[in-house]
Amino acid sequence: MNTERRIPGSLPEPERTLRRRFLADALLVPGGERVSRCLQCGCCTGSCPVSYAMDISPRTVIALFRAAQIEEILRSRTIWICASCYMCTTRCPQAIKITDLLYALKRTAMDSGLYPERFPVYLLSKNFVQIVNRYGRNHEILLLARYYLRHNPLALLQLLPLGWRMFRRGRTSFFPTKIKGLAAIRTMLHAAETLKVPPAKEAVEYGKEVVGYRAVA
Amino acid sequence: MEYLYYPGCSLEYAAKPYDESLRAVFRALGITLTELEDWNCCGATMYMSVDETVSLAISARNLALAEKSGHHDLIAPCSACYTVLLKTNRFLRESPELKAKVDLLLGKAGLRYNLTVNIRHPLDVLVNDVGIEVIGLCAKRTLDGLQLAPYYGCQIVRPERGFDDREFPTTMDRLFERLGASCVYFPLKTRCCGGMLMTTFPDVALKLVAELLECAIANGAHCILTTCPMCQVNLEAYQKRITRKFGSSHDIPVLYFTQLLGMALGCSEKELGLKRNLVPLNKALAELACQPAR
Repeated sequence: MNTERRIPGSLPEPERTLRRRFLADALLVPGGERVSRCLQCGCCTGSCPVSYAMDISPRTVIALFRAAQIEEILRSRTIWICASCYMCTTRCPQAIKITDLLYALKRTAMDSGLYPERFPVYLLSKNFVQIVNRYGRNHEILLLARYYLRHNPLALLQLLPLGWRMFRRGRTSFFPTKIKGLAAIRTMLHAAETLKVPPAKEAVEYGKEVVGYRAVA
Repeated sequence: MEYLYYPGCSLEYAAKPYDESLRAVFRALGITLTELEDWNCCGATMYMSVDETVSLAISARNLALAEKSGHHDLIAPCSACYTVLLKTNRFLRESPELKAKVDLLLGKAGLRYNLTVNIRHPLDVLVNDVGIEVIGLCAKRTLDGLQLAPYYGCQIVRPERGFDDREFPTTMDRLFERLGASCVYFPLKTRCCGGMLMTTFPDVALKLVAELLECAIANGAHCILTTCPMCQVNLEAYQKRITRKFGSSHDIPVLYFTQLLGMALGCSEKELGLKRNLVPLNKALAELACQPAR
């Protein structure tokens, strides 16, 4: 049973936290604040080459955000299907940075653990980051091997013939290249940890004395 | 002329022919390419999905190194690197908060970045710095009779307006038409190939690639030209699978634009890594490769 007492017009707790986390990230992106200008015209959905495979369209993402349904967005397939081709951003008549907002939504979903288990994009991105952090450069074979072993080992077998064809033509290597400045990268990563501040507490505490309508940004 | 060169992780192996042919083309035109010392991964689209600040910082490390080397123009041939490095420049310029964070991280690594590096795509450098006329005069073979489908992909023309139109660029078309080839009607020239979706959601990406191949073949192209390692592999490596899935033949050679340009400039097959392509050259291209250089 939900025992939380709500002020009329305010948002439920999980929604508030997720929104705050998302907005803190999205507003850092230059032009991120333009999300509030959306006209709901649907140019983004119409221009998107992969919208046919999404469960909610890019236009609906913004509509749901306005309707305080951010959790539904974060649990959707949509944010993970985006291939980052920037067609929506190019065509948006209000110059909303839709692709960049979807990146911010991905990060919010990952940070909050709101994605299906062993989810492909999450797995691939995490492994990519681990490889780059360790070697300073990406290594395709290592990335694909690690990804498929955890996601779907059978698909790895399917890929072997392609891997062999690439290998015969000198287009793969089994050993990653390590850069010399790895220490510098490590220092930066370490320093980045200290930059992460825990999400700030909301300025106004919702107690008995707060009455009436108050929407949380 | 001299340019600083940032190959990017893909060009080390999977896109080796791109690296080889790019160096060959610049050599043939008498331009020096200096590889950026100890470059690292730009972060691509995937690092950005995990951590924005760190992603920008590791990308900026390359720019800081480039700045330190005293060059102003950095050539990034991979579309993902190109767009990520450009984006880093833009974000750091427009957001003081991100700039401060990134400066702090770079500072820990003993680096500084003052936003003085320009990111250039080799296509932009070849057409706008060297010039189509000069390249035309340097040509040693003619591409007469060759029908091309120049495919730009998404990330060299978007999101910001760069060196060409964001939806209907013509830089590559103009370059190869000067060399004698003709470019077929190819309205999908900046449609997405799916990128990493080929790994994460193959069904979605296979459909996108199938549409691109069908469009090029139906309009009579002898080959597709690409400017990006990701596009090239996606368009080339899955043709058999697409033919099995969608019926009708989807076989068409997919070359890096520098490979064909190198052929026109009289570079040898080996220099251009033509043997490394998965789809063998068809008749039209093989004849061209055999043509003696003037």
